[in-house]
Amino acid sequence: MVSLKNITKTYNHGTVKAVDDVSFSVEKGELFGLIGPDGAGKSSIFRMLATLLIPDKGSATVAGHDIVNDYKLIRSKVGYMPGRFSLYPDLSIEENLDFFATVFNTTVKENYHLIEDIYVQIAPFHKRRAGRLSGGMKQKLALCCALIHKPTVLFLDEPTTGVDPVSRREFWEMLKRLRQQGITILVSTPYMDEASLCDRIALIQHGRILSIDTPQGIAAAYPNSLYAVKATDMPRLIHVLSTYYPHMHSYLFGEVIHLDARGMGGYNLPDELTQFLTAEGFADIEVKPIAPTIEDCFINMLVRHDT
Amino acid sequence: MRQFIAFVKKEFFHVLRDRRTLLILFGMPLAQILIFGFALTNEIKNAQVVVIDHARDDASRHIINRLAASSYFEVRENVMDKNRMEAAFKEGHIKLAVVFPARFQSDLNHQNHAQIQVIADASDPNGATTLTGYVSSIIQDYQTELNEGNGLPYRITPEVRMLYNPQLKGAPNFVPGVMALVLMLVSVMMTAISIVREKETGTMEVLLVSPFKPMWVILAKAVPYLLLSLVNVLSILSMSVWVLDLPVAGNWLLLFAESTLFIITCLTLGIFISIRAKSQQVAMLISLMGMLLPTMMFSGFMFPIENMPVPLQIFANIVPAKWFYIIVKSIMIKGVGLEGIWRETLILCGITLFFFVISLKSFKIRLE
Amino acid sequence: MTLREPVITVENLTKRFGDFIATNAITFDVYKGEIFGFLGANGAGKTTAMRMLCGLSVPSSGRATVAGFDIYRQTEQIKRHIGYMSQKFSLYEDLTVAENIRFFGGIYGLSNHQLQSKSKALIERLGLQAERGKLVGELPLGWKQKLAFSVSILHEPRIVFLDEPTGGVDPVTRRQFWALIHEAAASGITVFVTTHYMDEAEYCNRVSIMVDGRINALGTPSELKQQFGEPSMDGVFYQLARGAKRGD
Repeated sequence: MVSLKNITKTYNHGTVKAVDDVSFSVEKGELFGLIGPDGAGKSSIFRMLATLLIPDKGSATVAGHDIVNDYKLIRSKVGYMPGRFSLYPDLSIEENLDFFATVFNTTVKENYHLIEDIYVQIAPFHKRRAGRLSGGMKQKLALCCALIHKPTVLFLDEPTTGVDPVSRREFWEMLKRLRQQGITILVSTPYMDEASLCDRIALIQHGRILSIDTPQGIAAAYPNSLYAVKATDMPRLIHVLSTYYPHMHSYLFGEVIHLDARGMGGYNLPDELTQFLTAEGFADIEVKPIAPTIEDCFINMLVRHDT
Repeated sequence: MRQFIAFVKKEFFHVLRDRRTLLILFGMPLAQILIFGFALTNEIKNAQVVVIDHARDDASRHIINRLAASSYFEVRENVMDKNRMEAAFKEGHIKLAVVFPARFQSDLNHQNHAQIQVIADASDPNGATTLTGYVSSIIQDYQTELNEGNGLPYRITPEVRMLYNPQLKGAPNFVPGVMALVLMLVSVMMTAISIVREKETGTMEVLLVSPFKPMWVILAKAVPYLLLSLVNVLSILSMSVWVLDLPVAGNWLLLFAESTLFIITCLTLGIFISIRAKSQQVAMLISLMGMLLPTMMFSGFMFPIENMPVPLQIFANIVPAKWFYIIVKSIMIKGVGLEGIWRETLILCGITLFFFVISLKSFKIRLE
Repeated sequence: MTLREPVITVENLTKRFGDFIATNAITFDVYKGEIFGFLGANGAGKTTAMRMLCGLSVPSSGRATVAGFDIYRQTEQIKRHIGYMSQKFSLYEDLTVAENIRFFGGIYGLSNHQLQSKSKALIERLGLQAERGKLVGELPLGWKQKLAFSVSILHEPRIVFLDEPTGGVDPVTRRQFWALIHEAAASGITVFVTTHYMDEAEYCNRVSIMVDGRINALGTPSELKQQFGEPSMDGVFYQLARGAKRGD
């Protein structure tokens, strides 16, 4: 449904490389996630696919149409939600929706079934101006506006940035339901925990794709074993670990420390580590092997890149 | 078409919901008219006038009485000789002197023609013109009265002398100027800002990715401002007629048609700016510096173009407001029809076409 | 915390906008050297509360002191003793690293001598020696945020307020950022931080969760997890904020 081949995009006359030789494709009906921090090149990719920017190199198609030559065909088929707030703050929920429906040559009535699930959540406030909505409600309205013309492909550029965890979770529930209706969705996010909710993901940093696979596939490809370490006095623990095991990467992960046991294949790490830490004066020591999350994978790739 | 109407409707919501916009839209013409009409008025009340009456006859007495009766003048009679009069002018005690020659009435009676010398302090050119104008009209009235039932018409010629600024040219009239100014501001600045605002809020991105043709987006933006500007024209004109007692001598319809043309010129300018500008501030700055300032300076409304250095005179030709100012003045004050202003009208059309074409050429269907 | 010396005390702090109660009688203390996580859904009233504590907004009722100063009457003193950094505004993009440090240090009245030694130390600690003369706009987001944080504590404030400091930052830099926060806290600076990353809530000493203008939970992460019977802070937050009625 969406396919990119060796796409490169630079700004400021070639001095800033935003997207660097990116290729991937998204199948029909797939929920595909572009996962990466701000400045990784996600928005540039979205804008090129939405026919708003022309790539320097490479080619791409959306719904079978070329993004440069057939931009008009693409524009009538895609729904696009840009990263920044893209509604009229001085129009009410209702007026915004009506307006976008009309601009896309349809009516709210005609495609109401598509947005019903989402719209009912904000409907009680339909007279309220969009500028006075909370982050979560704004995102829902923006999604309604992007959906109202029944697009075949939906581009959502960081729809959950700055939104609280509860609203984020609700938003992803909505995306899942949309996918069931056969809409292809390409979504980007800087939140690693949202990666597991996609069918497939591409991890992206500095304009380059680090890895593309299903979330499970990416987690399974984690090269080393990973442990969660916990003890009293966590700040000292992280210090001790990075001092005594400098070749293993250790970092805070919520209430535990994740320890990447690179090059420790032959050892029984939990036992050794527990002994060592006890000797160091720690108590309540817990060392458990764990399955890596997407965030662990991302960290691992960044660290490998740097060294 | 349905899309277009929806767009225009939305645009009206933007305008009506933003108090600042509303204030600029409708408060400004009002304020301008009032400021120019009263604060900076050409009308002068109780100006100090000396009369030097060498005639001391019925006719001169009559005219002096009329001058004294009007609220414009405060007459001091015969208090000075010519030298002291000039000193009084220099010190700014008096604004105007009226001098009657010794044989005023007998000239009038025997030659049917007499002269009065009117001397004004033209260091304030507008004030001087106005005062001499008042004097002339008072004399005119008297003359009309004399001529009633009289076979041979009497003629009194006021011989006007402007002190300090003898080249003073015709009375500037501010209503055409204010019209040019207000329309410029509303049409250029508001349009430019409202389009750039969509770029800033990101809604332009969504609109571009819609089947709605980008150029239509721009045109739909222009329509509400065209209508609002016409409302402004109407309010300025009605204020000038009802509040300032300045009637429209020519054809109202022609005046409206020409105003519409000028508004369209301004709208294309505003669209052109909005295509180039990246932020609302930039759009505002360009509109103010690049449009408003030249309008004030080079339309002939505040400063006579004839007195400017040649390069500036040439530059003034590309300021649309200059042509519009001439057109409005001709229609409103002189009552000229299209036959007298077709040249200016054509020039405005040309400027409009020029900006329309380059806007069309530089309009981007993409972001960069 | 051994000393438990409060640096922020808040008692029934309320802010109304018309008949809308943005912050509804919140009460809490923050102690010296503590990392205090101030969580809540969008529109729960966090920003309003934070503005009042920074002396930018006058409360409708209630009492509060920050660094010992009253938030009604001593806002100028408060501003001198706090640092502030947010995701949106941090540094001037068109000034260089060194110029930004000079400027912000200057605002807080550091002497030239202090400025010199401090900015040198800061640049070395962040490893930005090569970037000294670069415009901040050219730095990657993660570096910008780390620099902004370091600049916000340059004048050694007693408290630093961080409003979503790590939004959009990559996971490695995010952790480096938190290492900086821990360092600052260890040196005695109190850190008051908001975040939408629930793993970051775990890095705080104590956490409060606001829902609809009220603080509905307050405690250490492990206390809260126990209290709500959830394995993670994410679960705790979800349980509390799911019932939220309003947005901002």
